[in-house]
Amino acid sequence: MASLKVYGKTYSTNVTRVLTTLAEKNVDDYQMVPIDLLTGANKTPEYLKLQPFGQIPAFQDGDFTLYESRAIARYISDKYEGQGTALSGNTEREKALVNQWLEVESQNYNPCAGKIVFECVFAQILAGRPTDEAVVKEQLEKLEKILDVYEARLTHHKYLAGDFFSLADLAHIPVTNNLINVAKKGELFSSRKHLNAWWEDISSRPSWQKVLQIIQAGQQQK
Amino acid sequence: MTIKIYGMPYSTCTARVLATLAEKEVEDYELVPVDLSVGAHKKPEFLKMQPFGMIPVLQDSDLTIYESRAMARYISDKFESQGTPLFGKTAKDKALVNQWLEVESQNYNPCVSSIVYQLVFAPMHGRQGDETVVKQQLEKLEKVLDIYEAHLSKNKYLAGEFFSLADLSHIPYTFYLVNMAKKGDGITSRKHVSAWWEDISSRASWKTVTAKMN
Repeated sequence: MASLKVYGKTYSTNVTRVLTTLAEKNVDDYQMVPIDLLTGANKTPEYLKLQPFGQIPAFQDGDFTLYESRAIARYISDKYEGQGTALSGNTEREKALVNQWLEVESQNYNPCAGKIVFECVFAQILAGRPTDEAVVKEQLEKLEKILDVYEARLTHHKYLAGDFFSLADLAHIPVTNNLINVAKKGELFSSRKHLNAWWEDISSRPSWQKVLQIIQAGQQQK
Repeated sequence: MTIKIYGMPYSTCTARVLATLAEKEVEDYELVPVDLSVGAHKKPEFLKMQPFGMIPVLQDSDLTIYESRAMARYISDKFESQGTPLFGKTAKDKALVNQWLEVESQNYNPCVSSIVYQLVFAPMHGRQGDETVVKQQLEKLEKVLDIYEAHLSKNKYLAGEFFSLADLSHIPYTFYLVNMAKKGDGITSRKHVSAWWEDISSRASWKTVTAKMN
């Protein structure tokens, strides 16, 4: 019986951020426990004991419970330091740059990209209303400026923190997949040479390909 | 002096970094002011360091790091052997610190910073604050603070019985919420949140930062 559990559903980019981290660290032995926002499973007293904000994912390692996908990813990266891809940088300097770009993802990229994806993909299902085009327009303008910075960075470095793939790149994958492939905003990336190359590279990694298969399998189960 | 912090003491994000330096008993650094009123943060020389045009920025010899939470982590790691241990002692401690750093970042800060922006920073720049936004964000904050109250009724600090970077990270914006925006009721009306706030905002490290704000 797996001592690692991931609570949530694979339609959540926060959940797939964790699954991708597990895959990069070659960790297969975990159990997915479905918690479907659409049925309110995230609001039951039992779930709120694990994640008092009622959000997915939650994570358990034996009797140790953790939430917030980026914190879970860091935990997995630390616990399985000796296997799979080194995700946090090897030197003090590399570590600092990984942390910097994790914050850029968290503070700058994800709020914009996440809002665009929500409006274009989830507003109807989750909030019962049509896309707010004004919000999409505003967020796209912000995101264009942010992606210009990324393009400049990636012109000189293969990955965000330097010449090595890290958790900082990984953290971007699930939302970017939704932005390009579901919300159909791929122009943002295809119009920027180095950004596009970076996206092609990180989204072709076996870890993400594996998670895409898990997502598809999840969509087939009802 | 190898460490330079580019920022302003009244900036909440700069304050987060200055508080971390103080907790780690680091005095040997230079605070380089960046005059936001003349757009110094949007000039080419600054954008070379911080391409998003925001303060603060840290320079340590030839390493440049931005994003205050990343800067705080860097300081915490570099000065691990001195001052307050900001990530606890064990792997589980560290994980819980990271969890509550994310809660601050994802759930607490968006509400609080929005309220502080509308009521303090917008007027400072000659703009009218949006009362509707303030009302909406205060409602969200109430729900978040209920969860903090329940948690802090069982734990002295966010990650457990030890002060950590997770608690510290909340201080600057909460200080502005309570003292400048005058919207501290949510904090002061909750017994354990209030006690936690009193405790962390009375720390010597935070006092050195507020002394620099004047």
